[in-house]
Amino acid sequence: MTTIQNNPKLATGLVLLRVFIGWHFLYEGIVKVYNPDWTSFGYLASAQGPFKSVFGALTSEAVLPWVDTLNWLALVFVGITLILGVFEKAGAVAGMVLLALYYLAHPSFPGLEQLNAEGSYWLVNKNLIEMVACYVLFLQPTGGCFGLQRVLNASKTKTEKS
Amino acid sequence: MSWTRREALLGLGGIPILGAIWWAGARGTVGKRREREAILETLNIQPSLPPAVPAIGGEPVKVGIIGFGIRGEQLCRALGYATDEWVAAMEEATALAKEEGRPFTALEDFRNQDPLNVRIVGVCDIFDARAQKAMKSFSTEEQQVKRYRTYTEMIGSGEVEAVVVATPDHWHAPIAMEALRNNVHVYVEKPMTHNLSETYELRDVALASDAILQVGHQHRQTLSFKTAQDIIGKGILGHVSLITTNTNRNDDNGAWNYAIDSQANPDTIDWAQFIGNAPEIPFNKNHFFRWRKWWAYGSGLSGDLLTHDYDRLNCVLRMGIPQSVTASGGIYTHRDGRNVPDVLQANMEFPDFSTGSSQANGKEKGMTFVYSATLGNGFNRPTMLMGHDGSMELGNRLTIWPDGRSTRFAEYLEAGKMQPQSPIYHYNPAATALDGVSSATSQYFADKGLMWTYIDGRRVDSTFLHMREWLSAIRNNGPVSCGIQEGFEEAITAHMVGLSWKLGRRVEWDAEAQRVKPIDELDLDAALLESPPGVGQYAPDVVT
Repeated sequence: MTTIQNNPKLATGLVLLRVFIGWHFLYEGIVKVYNPDWTSFGYLASAQGPFKSVFGALTSEAVLPWVDTLNWLALVFVGITLILGVFEKAGAVAGMVLLALYYLAHPSFPGLEQLNAEGSYWLVNKNLIEMVACYVLFLQPTGGCFGLQRVLNASKTKTEKS
Repeated sequence: MSWTRREALLGLGGIPILGAIWWAGARGTVGKRREREAILETLNIQPSLPPAVPAIGGEPVKVGIIGFGIRGEQLCRALGYATDEWVAAMEEATALAKEEGRPFTALEDFRNQDPLNVRIVGVCDIFDARAQKAMKSFSTEEQQVKRYRTYTEMIGSGEVEAVVVATPDHWHAPIAMEALRNNVHVYVEKPMTHNLSETYELRDVALASDAILQVGHQHRQTLSFKTAQDIIGKGILGHVSLITTNTNRNDDNGAWNYAIDSQANPDTIDWAQFIGNAPEIPFNKNHFFRWRKWWAYGSGLSGDLLTHDYDRLNCVLRMGIPQSVTASGGIYTHRDGRNVPDVLQANMEFPDFSTGSSQANGKEKGMTFVYSATLGNGFNRPTMLMGHDGSMELGNRLTIWPDGRSTRFAEYLEAGKMQPQSPIYHYNPAATALDGVSSATSQYFADKGLMWTYIDGRRVDSTFLHMREWLSAIRNNGPVSCGIQEGFEEAITAHMVGLSWKLGRRVEWDAEAQRVKPIDELDLDAALLESPPGVGQYAPDVVT
C-alpha cells in the first residue's frame, strides 16, 4: 500500500492541502479578530433547514458574544495547527466540527434558498468538501514531513540516541 | 539526525507562512477599519437617541375613541387596549408561525409595550358592532366604557379629556374643531383635513385653543429620521435637488378593498351621520367600509399615502408647502367604481429650498419632490434623496453613497478612499432584532419606517411613541412633533396634489396670503371633492 513515507509526491500534495486549509481558516479568523464590529448574527439569524431554530437560538443577546468568540478562537486554532503542522489531528477535528456547523446552518438542500453562495450546489457544497478534506488530514497527519512535528520527532530521536 | 538548513525549513517553514497570513489579515482589516473611521469622523453623524418625554403624571388621561375601525383599533393598541378578537387572532397567528418556524412577534410586542397612564372611557362609532366590540373588550369592573351616539355628545359630556379621531377623512376637521373649541385634546389621523377651507379654519381654531393637537404621523418618532435630520443638517448630501418617494402595493387590502362586515345594515349603521357633509346617497356598504375609494369621504393616494411620504421628508428637511404642484394618473388598476386614482404621479416644486451647497455660492437652489404611486405593482422602490455630494436611501435603515462627481468628497474619491458604488454610511438600528411582520401591507409600512422604530435594538411601535408624546404633552403642556403647523403643511400639500389631478393643471401656493392661489373663478374645494359624473356608477352597493 502506498504511504506518504514511500510516496513523496503524495506527501507534498497532502502538505499543500493542509497548509492551504489552515491558511483559509487562519485568514478568516484573523479578519474577525481585528474587526470588532464583526458578528455571526446575520449568518445565524438567516439559518435555514432542519436546525434553523437551533441556530436562531444562538443569536440571543446572552449567547451571541460567546458564539462569536468561540468561532474566531476555533478558526485561529485550526489555522495555526494546520499551518504549523502540530496537533494537526485536533486541528482537523475542530475544522470538521466548524464546517459541519456552517453546512447545517445553510445546507445546500433542494428547495432552500442559497444565501451568499457563489456557484450552484445540490447537497454537496464547498463547506462539505473542505470538511472531507479535513477528514483526510485527520487520517494522515503530515507534520512529520513539513511542520513542527518534524522538529519534535527530531529532538525525540536525538534524545533517544544520546 | 543533524540540524541542517533543510531540516529547519521543513520543520519551521510554517511559521513565516503563519506570520504572513496574520500580518495580511490584520493589516487589511485594521486598514479598512481606519479608513472607515476616518470617513465616519469626517461625516460626524450622530445616531439619534431614543426620545425622552416627561412622565404622564396624575390621574390617567380619560380618552374617548371616535371611529373604531381598522385604524381606530390600531390606535387603541398603541394606548395599551386590544380587543379580545385581536388577541385571539394573534394567538392563532403566533401558533401557526411557530409551527412553520417563522418569527411572528405582534402579540409579544404588544404585551411588552410599556403601560401608558391612560384610560379609554368612551367610544363613538356609528356602527353598532364596532362600538359594542370596544365596550366589551375595554370595559373593566371599575370602568365601563360608555358609548356615545355622536361626537358632539362625547365632547360635550365633560367625561373625556382627550379624543382620538380615526374616522373617514371628511369627518377629521369637523370633529377636531369641535373638540379644540371645547378644550378637549385631539389626536387626529392623517390627512388632517378633507379640503382647503377647513384646513385654514382648523389652524385658526387650534392656535386659539389651549388643547393639544397631534396629527397621526407616527413616523416622526422613527429614530432613523432623527438621524437623517442630522445628516442633512451637516450638509453631507450637499444640495439635494431631487427626492423620489414611491408607493407600490399590489393587494386588495393595499387598494382599500377592506372586508365588509356581515352585521352591517341600515339598522346597525347610522348612515346619515356617516354621510355628514358628503353628497347624500342611499345606504351603501361598499362606501361605508371602503370609503377611501371616493373623494366624498377620502382623498385617495394623495391624502392617504402621499401624506406619509411628504411628512416623512418634511420631518427630515422642514421644506414646508411646495410652491407649486402638478399631478397626473388615473384609475388603471382597480376599475371597481372608485373615483380616486390608483396610479398617481405628483411633482412638487420647492424652487427656493436648499439643503446647503458645497459649490460656488448661488449655483444651486431649488428642489423637486416626486411622488410616484401604483396600487397595481408591489416592487419595492426606495425613498431616495439625491444631492450633489451624495445620495441617501431613507427608511428604517439609512444608507448614504457618495456621488462620483461630489465636490465635498472629491479628495476621498480621487484617493480611492470612497467609491460611488460603496456606501459610506449605513444606519440600521434593527441590526440585532429579529422581526416578524405579517402582511404585505404591513411590510410596506415597516420598510418605510412608518410602523416601527428600534430602541436599543428592541422593536417599538412608533404609534405608541407618538401617542405617548401626545399624552405627555397633555399632562405637561409640552410640544408635540406633529402639531397644527406640520398638519397644516401636510394637508395643504395633499389637497394641492388632489386638486392638480382633478383639474389636470398646475396648482400654486401663495406663501404670503397662506392660501392656494385662485384658479380662474373656480371653487377649489368643490373641484377637489367633486365626484366626476360617469365615474362611480359601478359603486352602488354591489358588495352585499
